[in-house]
Amino acid sequence: MSGQTTTRDWRGVAAEKQDEVPEQESLILRDRSRRLLNDLLRPYRSQIILLVAVIVICNAASLSIPFLVKVGIDTGIPPMQAGRGPGALLVIVAAVLAAAVTQAVTRQAFLRMAGRIGQGIILELRRRVFRHFQRLSLSFHEDYTSGRVVSRLTSDIDAISEMLQSGFDSLVTAVLTLTGTAVLLLVLDVHLGLVALLPLPVLLLFTRWFRRQSSIAYRRTRETVALVIVHFVESMTGMRAVQAFRGEERNQEIFSRLNADYRDANVRSMRLIAVFMPGVKLIGNVTIAAVLFYGGWLAVGGEVTVGVLAAFLLYLRQFYEPMQEISQFYNTFQSAGAALEKLSGVLEERPAVAEPRDPVPLERPRGQVRFEGVEFSYLDGTPVLPRLDLTVPAGQVVALVGATGAGKTTLAKLVARFYDPVSGRVLLDGTDLRDLAEDTLREAVVLVTQENYLFTGSVADNIRFGRPDATMAEVVAAARAVGAHEFVSALPEGYDTQVGKQGGRLSAGQRQLVAFARAFLADPAVLILDEATSSLDVPGERLVQRAMRTILAGRTSLIIAHRLSTVEVADRVLVMDGGRIVEDGPPDLLIARSGRFASLHRAWLDSISAQGPGDVAERPQARG
Amino acid sequence: MRSLWRMKSYLRPYAVPLTVIWVTSLAGIGITITIPLVGREIIDGPVARGDTGALLPLALLALVLGTIEAVLVLVRRWLLANAVLGLETAIRDDLYRHLQRLPMSFHGAWQSGQLLSRVTTDLSVIRRFLGFGMLFLVLITLQIAVVTVLLFQLYWPLGLLVAASAVPIVAVSMRFERGYIAISRRVQDEQGDLATVVEESAGGIRTIKAFGRGGHVFATFDDGARKVYRTSMEKVGLSARFFTFLEVIPNVTLAAVLLLGALAVGSGSLSLGTLVAFTTLMLQLVWPISSLGFILAMGQEAMTAADRVTEVLDTEPDIVGGRGVVEDPRGHLRFEGVEFRFPGAAEPVLRDVWLEVRPGETVAVVGATGSGKTTLTSLVPRLHDVTAGRVTIDGHDVRDLSLPALRSMVATAFEEPTLFSMSVRENLTLGRPDATDEEVEAAIEVAQAGFVHRLPWGLETRIGEQGMSLSGGQRQRLALARAVLSRPKVLVLDDTLSALDVETEALVEEALRHVLRDATGIVVAHRASTVLLADRVALLLDGTIAHVGRHHELMATVPEYRALLSAHLDDDLDDDLDDDLDDLDGLDTEGVLR
Repeated sequence: MSGQTTTRDWRGVAAEKQDEVPEQESLILRDRSRRLLNDLLRPYRSQIILLVAVIVICNAASLSIPFLVKVGIDTGIPPMQAGRGPGALLVIVAAVLAAAVTQAVTRQAFLRMAGRIGQGIILELRRRVFRHFQRLSLSFHEDYTSGRVVSRLTSDIDAISEMLQSGFDSLVTAVLTLTGTAVLLLVLDVHLGLVALLPLPVLLLFTRWFRRQSSIAYRRTRETVALVIVHFVESMTGMRAVQAFRGEERNQEIFSRLNADYRDANVRSMRLIAVFMPGVKLIGNVTIAAVLFYGGWLAVGGEVTVGVLAAFLLYLRQFYEPMQEISQFYNTFQSAGAALEKLSGVLEERPAVAEPRDPVPLERPRGQVRFEGVEFSYLDGTPVLPRLDLTVPAGQVVALVGATGAGKTTLAKLVARFYDPVSGRVLLDGTDLRDLAEDTLREAVVLVTQENYLFTGSVADNIRFGRPDATMAEVVAAARAVGAHEFVSALPEGYDTQVGKQGGRLSAGQRQLVAFARAFLADPAVLILDEATSSLDVPGERLVQRAMRTILAGRTSLIIAHRLSTVEVADRVLVMDGGRIVEDGPPDLLIARSGRFASLHRAWLDSISAQGPGDVAERPQARG
Repeated sequence: MRSLWRMKSYLRPYAVPLTVIWVTSLAGIGITITIPLVGREIIDGPVARGDTGALLPLALLALVLGTIEAVLVLVRRWLLANAVLGLETAIRDDLYRHLQRLPMSFHGAWQSGQLLSRVTTDLSVIRRFLGFGMLFLVLITLQIAVVTVLLFQLYWPLGLLVAASAVPIVAVSMRFERGYIAISRRVQDEQGDLATVVEESAGGIRTIKAFGRGGHVFATFDDGARKVYRTSMEKVGLSARFFTFLEVIPNVTLAAVLLLGALAVGSGSLSLGTLVAFTTLMLQLVWPISSLGFILAMGQEAMTAADRVTEVLDTEPDIVGGRGVVEDPRGHLRFEGVEFRFPGAAEPVLRDVWLEVRPGETVAVVGATGSGKTTLTSLVPRLHDVTAGRVTIDGHDVRDLSLPALRSMVATAFEEPTLFSMSVRENLTLGRPDATDEEVEAAIEVAQAGFVHRLPWGLETRIGEQGMSLSGGQRQRLALARAVLSRPKVLVLDDTLSALDVETEALVEEALRHVLRDATGIVVAHRASTVLLADRVALLLDGTIAHVGRHHELMATVPEYRALLSAHLDDDLDDDLDDDLDDLDGLDTEGVLR
């Protein structure tokens, strides 16, 4: 059995995520990434020029040391051997020391400056991306999902930060060392220099091969580790279901396989390094042997000095090591490039719901809502509201009723301007919502959904989220109004109790009551409740309903609910079907008629009725 | 240290490759040291004597040695990859196996993030140390010792000088590394806090937008980001100082060696070739010496990591299965004087609970939010264990049964359904991997979950976090189908229908009646419609079962029950209820508004 289940594809099929950019083989960035990079670097332009100067000096100092050793051997020692004192030697030793100090000072300056620029860029990038995500419309967020927002702002930023911290420094150093050494070798002795540089093309080809292979291997490692992590986290958070359904064995099977895949991917990339590193070393060692031979030959003939030979040996060590380093950091560069690509993609998204250029002020909103010829369809083109005209006078409590997909939620979201209509307009007190500044609109219109999100912090903080300047007394009054005061006071630290991650320390019903208090405290002119009471139990819902009569009094309200109990508090009921309003009137009137609402209402009464079905009584009487 | 030592048993299967690795490493060091000596021979021999004939053999020797060195590195790294990754993979597998055995009380107390960091970061740290760190520690110590001895032999005053210069480097490296780890942790913690803000800003985006509080959230984020910036700058400063120090010491030593060496050559006590070899060898020491500090610190980290891993591995599961198996189970369920209290809690959640559910019977459990209904149902499959009394199935204490036997008899559809990022089919067959297509279809039918066929890839569509997102009602129906599919003798429905709309709920209930006829059922209910699935109702009040009876009896005689389930808002009943409610909650909701 297990053999058969192992081969079955347990993961299932899913659509490709559109932000998985194909990772480029080279370090060349696309236009938008480059634009972003330029934009981020612009404030540091003069600092970067200074930085380049400093690093050039630093490398020159560092490279000059073996050269000075050579000069020391060639020109410092012979006079002494001839008994003429160490004068020349002392000068050279002093020069070595000076070079060492220069290198130390410039290196320190370079690391600090590069650090400041890098961290500054990261800070700016974080702020920019975060703010942009906040600005983007909900339609964007619905597609994009919070998980991806989080990974943009954490792992992608980290990848860039990693690159700036370790990769950038070593890249600059390596490039400068490489070119500097090549030039120096040629200056020291053209012939010997050419011999020393002869393997360079081989080395470059070899490095290119490695880069290609390692980018494939690296991608594979990341894919496999991602699967390990997802499976691990999901089975840990879902352990209750795993244990209750004896999923342990199957899970272990899946995990072991993912784990083995990850191992294989890792082995592959480690083996690549196992080939590459000694390969570079081999090329270096062959070069050293060649230099020893040819240099020795030239030295015998007196064409080069022993000092030159010594300097060559010192330089060659420096020459090949950075190559190994660059390749080690290649993955860092690559993932930073991919991260930048994704971030620049996000930053290019424009909010679907744009801020007006000249916002219209709204003094003391009364809360009259009008739909004028509103049409709406989601991105894929399916029309949700074909054409809607509706006026809700200020202060009216309207219940929206209809099957799932009838357009109730869309209507509510249009009033809260989570979306803009495709055509027509939505007006608040006669002003098109598109002409209102975001802040103005949010003060006037509040939408409470069944996703009652709580933030880290105390209960009071969460209630106050609706109105940051509210006093404690106002917070408590709001909690009382929605019937939350009772349970909040019973918490260990009352209103100061931390709600835990995403309100985890509260039950679903309690979270909802807090969300309610939050909306009540915000005191908007228009209040929209979208299924807001659905996760409450009957006493909870009744408590809220009782409070609602007071909360909704004199306030324009749109209420969406499955449970028709909510409708009892409404002045007016709209029955929706296929995006159209098919019935409209006061609840009593509609119940009295024989329309759709009347039959819905009857079905609902039946569902809550106290009478059990007939067969219950026929079954054997259970013992109590 | 002891925890790290325990990990070595995972290396046992790789004894042969490990031996080869050690041998090649030692040989490698020998060669690395020899190559500069060949250089010396060339300078002092052929070059000094003008003897071109001896040049070629020496150069060839350097070539051969260089090639062997590269091959040795290749062999070592190649074998090492297998061994250390095998070790890491084996520990990870074992950790996962162990975690799956640990009970819900453990999983409730541990964040999955903490566990994740153990199976990822901590294991890599251990892998890196056992694989490279330990090897390099020994090799480097050896290399330093040999080179120093060699330097002493070449010319002892200079050797002494070089050895002395190593002291401050090692000392500073170690101190730096400790400081660096501390500050890196701080950056990590601060980044963690920042990630929390990000998570909340993404998850709560609707709420943030609804209240127009983007500015506030941005300010919180900005605070955090600036904190990370400041600490990172501190970290940059620390490493800048350290790396500068690391480079300056060898250079100063080199200058001193040049000065003293040249003086020695001038006085004839040192040959020119030796001086060249000396400087080359000396530079070979720079890297090992500075690495010493890193590797020692890495060892410290590996020990901490090993402690964190063994902490989990050493936690004994306190819910272990017995030996018993129920032959031909009927599903006769009894709670006998059951008490349950959470670890460390003063008050029990449940006390003195007596309840009998006979084969084929269905009992609804009704109670206020937080009254312990879900806890009660979790005692049956032993997701938690009773703290007093016992739960029996067909007369067997559930603690005497083997866990697979027990849990194959009981299936629960949870209110908050857990879906994994897998195919629909895999999610449904969690409890019965061998279910046939017909059985899957039947379960889908019962749960009214036909929507799965309209997903882009039908049953093969991936759902969960990484796949198609489903509505709350859809998720609940899948959880129900999953429970039904496992053909339990005892079926627990933990408020499974709360997110369904009225019509779907009615359809599901109709289908469930058939399933419940063949199984013992416990239904946690908030609404009258769900209660009607049951033959009898148990009312949970103050942690115990206060009343058991038929729905309409309880409606008629128990006011607390009526308060929980009656949704009538008829005026007189409403007034009635107002009185009841005020009795129940002592609530005063009047006169606090505006």
